[in-house]
Amino acid sequence: MSISHTLLGLLEAGPRHGYDLKRTFDEKFGHDRPLAYGQVYATMSRLLKNGLVEVDGTESGNGPDRKTYAITDAGITDVEQWLASPEKPEPYLQSTLYTKVVLALLTDRPAGQLLDTQRAEHLRLMRNLTDRKRRGDLADQLICDHALFHLEADLRWLELTAARLERLAAEVRR
Amino acid sequence: MTSAAPAGSLLTATGLHKAYGSTPALDGASFSIHPGEVVAVMGPSGSGKSTLLHCLAGIVTPDSGLITYDNRNLSAMADRERSALRRSDFGFVFQFGQLVPELTCVENVALPLRLNGAKRKDAERTALSWLERLEVDTVAAQRPGEVSGGQGQRVAVARALAPNPRVIFADEPTGALDSLNGERVMELLTDAARSTNAAVVLVTHEARVAAYSDREVVVRDGKSRDLTLEFTG
Amino acid sequence: MSALDDLRLGARFAVNGGREGWIRTILTAIGVGCGVALLLVTSAIPNALAARDQRDNARGEFVGEQSLDKPGRDTLLIGTVWSDYHDLSVRGRVLRPEGPGAPVPPGLSVLPKPGELAVSPALKELLDSPEGDLLKKRLNGPVTAVIGDQGLAGPNELAYYQGSDTLVRDEASRINRFQGFPQEGLDPILMLLVLVAFVVLLIPVAVLIAAAVRFGGERRDRRLAALRLVGADGRMTRWVAAGEALVGALFGLVVGAGLFFAARSMAGLITLERISVFPSDLAPAPALVVLVCLAVPAAAVLVTLLAMRGVVVEPLGVVRTAKPVRRRVWWRVLLPVAGLALLLPQIRRGDGGGHFDQNFVVLGTAMLLIGVTVLLPWVVEAVVTRLGKGPVSFQLAVRRLQLSSGTAARAANGIAVAVAGAIALQMLLSGTGEHYTRDNGASESEMQVAVHAASPAAPGADQLRKDLAAITGVEKTFAYARTGLGDSPSGGEHYADVTVADCTALRELVELTSCKDGDVFLAAGKDLKGFTPGHAYFLDPAMPGEPESRLSWTLPAGAPTVPLKPAVGRYPVNGVFATPSAMPAAVKPSYDHRFTLKLDLGVPNVVEHVRNTAYAADPMVQAMGMTDGQTDHRYVQIRRGVLAGAACVLLLIGASLLISQLEQLRERRKLLAALVAFGTKRSTLGWSVLWQTALPVGLGLLLAVAIGYGLGAVLLLMTGFRVGVDWRAIASMSGLGAGVVLLVSLLSMPALWRLMRPDGLRTE
Repeated sequence: MSISHTLLGLLEAGPRHGYDLKRTFDEKFGHDRPLAYGQVYATMSRLLKNGLVEVDGTESGNGPDRKTYAITDAGITDVEQWLASPEKPEPYLQSTLYTKVVLALLTDRPAGQLLDTQRAEHLRLMRNLTDRKRRGDLADQLICDHALFHLEADLRWLELTAARLERLAAEVRR
Repeated sequence: MTSAAPAGSLLTATGLHKAYGSTPALDGASFSIHPGEVVAVMGPSGSGKSTLLHCLAGIVTPDSGLITYDNRNLSAMADRERSALRRSDFGFVFQFGQLVPELTCVENVALPLRLNGAKRKDAERTALSWLERLEVDTVAAQRPGEVSGGQGQRVAVARALAPNPRVIFADEPTGALDSLNGERVMELLTDAARSTNAAVVLVTHEARVAAYSDREVVVRDGKSRDLTLEFTG
Repeated sequence: MSALDDLRLGARFAVNGGREGWIRTILTAIGVGCGVALLLVTSAIPNALAARDQRDNARGEFVGEQSLDKPGRDTLLIGTVWSDYHDLSVRGRVLRPEGPGAPVPPGLSVLPKPGELAVSPALKELLDSPEGDLLKKRLNGPVTAVIGDQGLAGPNELAYYQGSDTLVRDEASRINRFQGFPQEGLDPILMLLVLVAFVVLLIPVAVLIAAAVRFGGERRDRRLAALRLVGADGRMTRWVAAGEALVGALFGLVVGAGLFFAARSMAGLITLERISVFPSDLAPAPALVVLVCLAVPAAAVLVTLLAMRGVVVEPLGVVRTAKPVRRRVWWRVLLPVAGLALLLPQIRRGDGGGHFDQNFVVLGTAMLLIGVTVLLPWVVEAVVTRLGKGPVSFQLAVRRLQLSSGTAARAANGIAVAVAGAIALQMLLSGTGEHYTRDNGASESEMQVAVHAASPAAPGADQLRKDLAAITGVEKTFAYARTGLGDSPSGGEHYADVTVADCTALRELVELTSCKDGDVFLAAGKDLKGFTPGHAYFLDPAMPGEPESRLSWTLPAGAPTVPLKPAVGRYPVNGVFATPSAMPAAVKPSYDHRFTLKLDLGVPNVVEHVRNTAYAADPMVQAMGMTDGQTDHRYVQIRRGVLAGAACVLLLIGASLLISQLEQLRERRKLLAALVAFGTKRSTLGWSVLWQTALPVGLGLLLAVAIGYGLGAVLLLMTGFRVGVDWRAIASMSGLGAGVVLLVSLLSMPALWRLMRPDGLRTE
């Protein structure tokens, strides 16, 4: 999962403090693994360096870092590209996909299309595996089948999510 | 939302609308398939994928929209012409209830040939060779009630292939089978279709079955999206 | 749970089973109801006929052993008038009391005074209506009384009594009480007819009831499967099914009773074969009613339990035992053979008034007909397993029949039995028809008016002839006088008719090359054994009990033999034809006079005018039509009656066939849709549906024709009549059966079309 893209995407809604970003991230995606503040700081500085974000201002105070970050045009493009490109199908992909879907919903991008893109990518791999399986020996078949079953599970999740997209959007935007 | 028919396609549909009563089943769906191509039609239940298949096969007339098969306007044909076309050019595999329980397996396979006017003996000879190809020639003389589900479905596939159709419509062909049997049926179906250069329209909700296709079309709320063309095409 | 609890549960399903359960129950009730009504009506018919016979007997004028020679204070002269009006027959009696104690016929309180009429309600209605105008001219006395029901055979009988003061002993009977001929039971041949009619009606009814309790069986089985899922065992499901059938059968009893009473109230309106029945006569014997009430529900339970034997209701669906046991033929053949064996010894017993063993006849007929029902499944199976070639539609039907020929045969059974029975009955009817036919139709172009010598009107025969000739529409009048010739004064061994007429009239009867008054001719081809020309014989020989005749007459030596004209068969003659002056004058009083009239039927009501004129001369003068050939109304009517009855039974069976056909089609919804998908023509499936019914029914009809013909032939042999192939009966019955098949197939087409719509492909 790309934390930098996620934080960048969260900034699209408006400028935020680093701490604010961490809180929002944890609330929406962190669940059982809250983000370390240091990681936010490190990510931000890298994004700053790449010109994807800019510093909007600094609040006075004695806190460690009271900088407010804002996304740049280049940053927006980057988020868009990231969302539009399918993930390499692999097991336990949901967390990344979930993040993408939620971000797409938050930024009013077509989340359904994202899912479909992913679906097509999954099926492409499945097709390749199936093809390999047809040509291969039993060992190949068994290996491919393992992957196929996992991919199928992903696909089912994609379908399920697609079917529940509206409800998710309502909850995320609340 | 595919655009107009790509060149060289065998069967094309654009802007299909079909409603059963007040419920729309198809709401502007489009489709196209080339000879020798296997296209999976996927989508949640009730999305209209079976209706799309029925329209493409000329079983159901759409309320509006254009279907062309082999440069002929299928939607403008009379029921008799469409039936004749189904007999000569199309093959069908369904999930269940398709084999005539009273006929033996070989007679079931010979049935579409005989409907096309073939002599009984010739039809049964061809039927038997197809049963061999689908590895079920051992049950040729048995009735569908006496064979296993997997064997029965292979007989059904043999029946769909027997008249050398140019398009095979398969509606959840593995729906009633376990995964091993299902995959074998898919393998045999797609192999045979490719070797005869027949197009296969494969309606399924199973990704692993769809993986036997060359391309995937998703139907959602009566609209179709050709994912393969759009994103990886 | 006990079987009783299961039955009760099934009963609850029948009533509370939702729409489907109700429809099933109603269908069964209607089917069983029709059967029960038929059972009740048929079982009531003997009673009705007996009541009729009893009343008819009580008003009879049978004289008895010792005839009354002298008038007494309690004697009555009664003259019989056979008078027809159009095609209605009227029973007329002329009464002349000879003393104050003269008997009064049943239905009347006093004897009608001379000239007065006492008429039946039906006759009164006819006389009062415009249609009765001409009859009113004939029966022109004042109507002073209406005959009560107890004096009538049936409600629609046309009958009258007329008082007289001129009736003489010679043309009447003298009685001192009304009584019929001592009853010896029904005429054996009539008895045979009644018995056969019974068996023929009742067996299809039994088949129908058996079919009716199976209506909707396949859906019921699915409901039972659901019951198995919640833990019922196989035995329980069978009893639950039986409970459902039982309720249907009980409702059926109610429906049947309703239909029976409806039919009964209408019975008075129907006149079949000149027989009408009072509704009150139509009462089945209480024992029979009890039997029906017990047997029908019991049969419903039994049939269901038997039918469920071949069905295994599993929790997840219904399995019909896949491989039915191969049907063995030997015991199936045994039954009809045994039936035949029972009937054969009865052959010729009916000849000459002998009697049949009723039990043997009923049992034999029943076994032959039941033989149809047990043989047919085997025949269907045997034939169908050998078929399979032919067009796709035929193959589909044949394969289906191969898999479940029993169901098909069962449906065809009812039709086959009904047809077999009806053919046998018709053969019997047409074979014996002549025997029971009295020619009296009014559509003939020739009529005969007979004047008995004993009648005082005889001297006025010439006058009558003139009156008849004067009627518009009477084109020619031929007068014949007839007497007899015997070889001894007291009758003797040989007897011949002597017909006396002028040459013109004689030429109507025999081929004459030359003829002049004084000639005598002998009829060729007729038995004149014992008479030799040149010898003397006795004219008007005495009948037993009559004074001897002494009128000797020599048969002229050179009397030529002449051929009879074919039409002469109508006029019973067997011997000598003479011109008037060849006969001695002394024989004239013994003449019977007859006039043969040639009528122009284009003149309206000419027949009735002839009858009126004859009646006016003397009520005792008979005027009757002569028919050509055998086309008499009576037989046509019987044939129509049998045909109508058979058609009713066949329609009922057809309805049950249709129901099971529709059920079967619904079951195959998905399959039909799949077949349509790959381009099967509607016509192919339509034909296969037709074949599927037509094959078993066709085989059933073949078997029915064979057994029906066999049965008819044996029955005819029993009566001693000639056996002929009644092609019309066979054709009409087979046609009816085929029509039912066509109708059923036709009626199932809309459902087939509907089921062939692609909706069937949509998965639920």
